[in-house]
Amino acid sequence: MENLRPRNLRASNVSLAMRAWNIRRKALLMGEVQGQGYIGQALGIADVLAASYFHALEYRPEDPEWEGRDRFYLSIGHYAIALYAVLMEAGILPEDELQTYGMDDSRMPMSGMASYTPGMEITGGSLGHGLGIAVGAAMGLKRKKSPALVYNLMSDGELGEGSTWEAAMSAVQHGLDNLVCLVDFNDQQADGRTTDALARVPEEAKWAAFGWHAQRVDGNDLEAVVAALDAARNLAGARPRVIIFDTTMCKGVDFLEKREITHFVRVEADEWAKALAVLEKGKPS
Amino acid sequence: MTLASMARKYEPRKPVQGDKVATSAMIASLAAEGYDTVSAPFGHALVDLARKDERIVGLTADLGRYTDLHILAEAMPDRFYQMGMAEQLLMSAAAGLAREGFLPFATTYAVFASRRAYDFIAMAIAEENLPVRIACALPGLTTGYGPSHQATEDLAIFRGLPNMTIIDPCDADDIRGMVPQIAAHDGPVYTRLLRGKVPTVLTRHKPDYRFRLGKAQMIREGRDVLVVASGIMTMRALDAAAVLAADNIDVAVLHVPTIKPLDTATILEEAGRGGRLVVTAENHSVNGGLGEAVARVLLTNAVTPAFRMIGLPDEFLEAGALPTLHDMYGLSVAKVAEQIRGWL
Repeated sequence: MENLRPRNLRASNVSLAMRAWNIRRKALLMGEVQGQGYIGQALGIADVLAASYFHALEYRPEDPEWEGRDRFYLSIGHYAIALYAVLMEAGILPEDELQTYGMDDSRMPMSGMASYTPGMEITGGSLGHGLGIAVGAAMGLKRKKSPALVYNLMSDGELGEGSTWEAAMSAVQHGLDNLVCLVDFNDQQADGRTTDALARVPEEAKWAAFGWHAQRVDGNDLEAVVAALDAARNLAGARPRVIIFDTTMCKGVDFLEKREITHFVRVEADEWAKALAVLEKGKPS
Repeated sequence: MTLASMARKYEPRKPVQGDKVATSAMIASLAAEGYDTVSAPFGHALVDLARKDERIVGLTADLGRYTDLHILAEAMPDRFYQMGMAEQLLMSAAAGLAREGFLPFATTYAVFASRRAYDFIAMAIAEENLPVRIACALPGLTTGYGPSHQATEDLAIFRGLPNMTIIDPCDADDIRGMVPQIAAHDGPVYTRLLRGKVPTVLTRHKPDYRFRLGKAQMIREGRDVLVVASGIMTMRALDAAAVLAADNIDVAVLHVPTIKPLDTATILEEAGRGGRLVVTAENHSVNGGLGEAVARVLLTNAVTPAFRMIGLPDEFLEAGALPTLHDMYGLSVAKVAEQIRGWL
């Protein structure tokens, strides 16, 4: 099965920092198209997505359903804007469809759905679903003796869903060492801070107590993100792996970062261009 | 303060005099006097299929023994997943396995699938039209344990779900016939399940009967009444028809094991013949099940025979012995016959 996974698939001179910057820019452009979007989350998770798609994951852009690919599940449907950005950056979605974001008949609806978008593996949005589906997929890949991994990207808010913990227990029970759970910990959910709702006990301790290999790193530090993804992939032992990424909402656009952060960051009509200009100044050399 | 709905628990009871009727076991054996039974037809049919098709896997949420999936677990342990007491996970994991090319059969009780795991069935399975088969024991009123285990609204819940095929089998003939057909179906399926010693009913009344997915079939012809029934109520209707025949009431029984998609052509043809009272009979609430589905088909096609429904009331049902409860709620043979006689 080794021939399914050429590791140098995306040998490229483009730095991860540049990839992350491109993802942020595309997300802002999509936000501008609709005048709205979960831009705070997209800017916050851009580094994790860049490292995932341009360092960790195996896939073939021209064949999104290639059997040997690593599966990337977006449990948080509202992060679709961020995933579309990275799918375009990766060449899975054509860039010229960016202007269709959220429009009628678009392949990029506001919330991610499997039947609309190449590279969108599952229908997210009803929170707490991704990890359980990932458990089943990881069991299925083991049945097929596939070396592919399943990555499930979820939000800190989903840690409040009981189904997440049903799945967490099950992944250990079934020895799913081919499962990597990525948690975006931006400490923000619809009604306020996640740590004020159901996440008071430190998350890494919870996951470790459930039997997972748990890491917690700065999700906006690319080197740390890459190291954590490597450690998760290379870990020996039949345990599932979780990486909790502490991220900053709106990362990379300082005036939005400083704004009173809410789950759905309001951006005025004239601010999209301003945000793009701010981002431009921070373009990696 | 005692709520009005709680008042009766403070009324002392006296021991029953005479014959005692015990609360049936959790896994109620249906009163099906006079019929031969088959042991665990679902489990054995699934094993037969799994031997031919390596994509078949079985999953349960701590109810393998109570859904006959233990037959698969014992015969082919490598094809069985014990997911623990976690129904949301059960459905999600089945979806994940289906995504990877397998044909999962997920089993639990009908109450838990329809109530607890609904969102996971809706979004992880049905919305993506994945080939997951959900097979659930204790349908309708088949246990005396009370509402926690009585799935009286499962068909109504799943009828509202696009893409979902829904089956309410009558007996071991239906179950054995259905397993390979639902496995071959392209899309999700919810089927009610009878487990343990399951009666063989349909081939006794109609020797050449074979389950056909999506098809309603006449089991018994009759001039006066047409009973349109599903699940165990087809058995009740056939037995009631024999009782009524003694009174020169000639009852036809149309068996409709596939609730969705409904075989509207056959229903319209039979109900449209005229001159017969049409009675639906279902082991389910009168809200949202077979009866209302048939009523819609008839009305929207301007077929308007005299029409009545036999089904469970819009209530949380009592606990107690199953024969008592079937009598109380009108599902026993005697009560089915009595209701039909009263409508003529």
